[in-house]
Amino acid sequence: MIPLSHYLILGAILFSIAVVGIFLNRKNLVILLMAIELMLLAVNLNFVAFSHYLGDISGQVFVFFILTVAAAESAIGLAILVAVFRNRRSINVEDLDTLKG
Amino acid sequence: MTFITANVLPAAPEIFVFSMACMILIVDLFLTEPRRVVSYLLTQLTLAGAAVLTVQGLAAPGYAFNGMFVADVLAGVLKLAIYLVTFFVFAYSRDYLRDRGMFRGEYFVLGLFGVVGMMAMVSASHFLTLYLGLELLSLSLYAMVAFQRDSDQATEAAMKYFVLGAIASGMLLYGMSMLYGVTRSLDIATVRQAVSALPPDHTLLVFGLVFVVVGIAFKLGAVPFHMWVPDVYHGAPTAVTLYLGTAPKLAAFALVMRLLIGGVEHLSASWQDMLVILAVLSMGIGNIVAIAQDNLKRMLAYSSISHTGFFLLGILSASPNGYSSALFYVLVYAVMSLGSFGMIVLLSRAGFEAERLADFKGLNQRSPWYAFLMMLLMFSMAGVPPTVGFYAKLLVIQSVVNAGLVWLAVAAVLLAVIGAYYYLRVVKLMYFDDAEDRSPIAARGDVKVLLGANALSLLVSMPWIGALIDLCRQAIQGIR
Repeated sequence: MIPLSHYLILGAILFSIAVVGIFLNRKNLVILLMAIELMLLAVNLNFVAFSHYLGDISGQVFVFFILTVAAAESAIGLAILVAVFRNRRSINVEDLDTLKG
Repeated sequence: MTFITANVLPAAPEIFVFSMACMILIVDLFLTEPRRVVSYLLTQLTLAGAAVLTVQGLAAPGYAFNGMFVADVLAGVLKLAIYLVTFFVFAYSRDYLRDRGMFRGEYFVLGLFGVVGMMAMVSASHFLTLYLGLELLSLSLYAMVAFQRDSDQATEAAMKYFVLGAIASGMLLYGMSMLYGVTRSLDIATVRQAVSALPPDHTLLVFGLVFVVVGIAFKLGAVPFHMWVPDVYHGAPTAVTLYLGTAPKLAAFALVMRLLIGGVEHLSASWQDMLVILAVLSMGIGNIVAIAQDNLKRMLAYSSISHTGFFLLGILSASPNGYSSALFYVLVYAVMSLGSFGMIVLLSRAGFEAERLADFKGLNQRSPWYAFLMMLLMFSMAGVPPTVGFYAKLLVIQSVVNAGLVWLAVAAVLLAVIGAYYYLRVVKLMYFDDAEDRSPIAARGDVKVLLGANALSLLVSMPWIGALIDLCRQAIQGIR
């Protein structure tokens, strides 16, 4: 059987990739949304691994809810993305700089 | 598993607000433009009805949904405060929205869904309830910030808010998954028991705690996780900033209470240090950067960051007295913030946003009454003695001293003095400068009365302040 630690390390790696993706990405807002999804999936992996290891079903139920919310979240994210694109004809992260101070 | 009505009764206010929000969404479809006010009236009625249900529920606190949902005194107090604040928010924003062609049912419906989210957070006794409430609130807020969809600033603010809000949820969830792995439960009371049986320096537990604290700090807008606050407050339409800067603060307080105090209080030695750093940085950066702002909305955003620092002082003292003083601080802050943003909304008119500091020049010449109200609000924010804001600051600083962190109390007082500078600058502009723009201030009668009551309550409620603080103590006692 694959030990729990392998799953946790994979989860941590995915989570780190997502965080790095969000903070290093200076080009495209869509990549930002993908990184956010990856972040939530890393969390899901953690929950499922723990749930299986502990023999407790509630972690897997939580995952269902996270997946549902993540779908709603990307729907709103994409809607905002469309609004941003309509206003400035660009989805470049560096162009989001009118508000500062 | 049997489904009995008594099982969902404590959640009656949530069910009511949720059903009404769905109903208003449909009713709004059938309304013609001139009769749009019906949606507004129904919304206000919903909040009043929910308040009645919550007051009735206060008599019989209890659990619902197999212990995932709790209706205790803390939940009752915070919910009533949320209804009241949201009621004022909707009343203030009515004309502002109409002048800008944004007087649509969606604003009120999203606002009500946000209220349901806040209510779920406030009443959560399970990680799942807390998360769902938080997301319902956040998703409504993202949409509300982007409400003025042809505005460059508003959509940019919404995008920034969305990305950072999603990171915050991700961090919080990652932390929760670690806590789940260690404690074998998602139920907050069970987590509490499991944590108390473990050593306080359990590696995985502290690892999870760090993520939870970072997630909370993002949501609260505490430095160094504050970068979204000024941009969102500035970019969003003022009516949305008004909503965003008031009631969700109460829900964020509940998030801290339920997670940190309700769940992992036994790790207080670990989270106290993290909160000290967050509090000092928030008070410092918030107060100092606010001085450099010439936009009032941005200035108030930095001021909200510094107030977050002050309210964390109460939490980090890790004592029941500290928690109740933090609760009192948050309640007072919500009222002050409501009044200040309400004043910006009131002075704005079609095609003109009174959001620059210069727009408040010579307000005394234009209207001595509004200048007086704004002065009260600013004095209370700065913590000048005859106002409630002073007592709020005094209580949190006292609790820090009782916790033995005298240096922190000294730092807080010094930073509050620095903060007083930019609040008093607004007063100086209103009373000692000449008005640039002398157009008369037009406001509906009900808004005048409500705003007057809002600002005056910071002074007039002084005789009852003891009773209020007792209520906060009582609310805190119930959660453990």
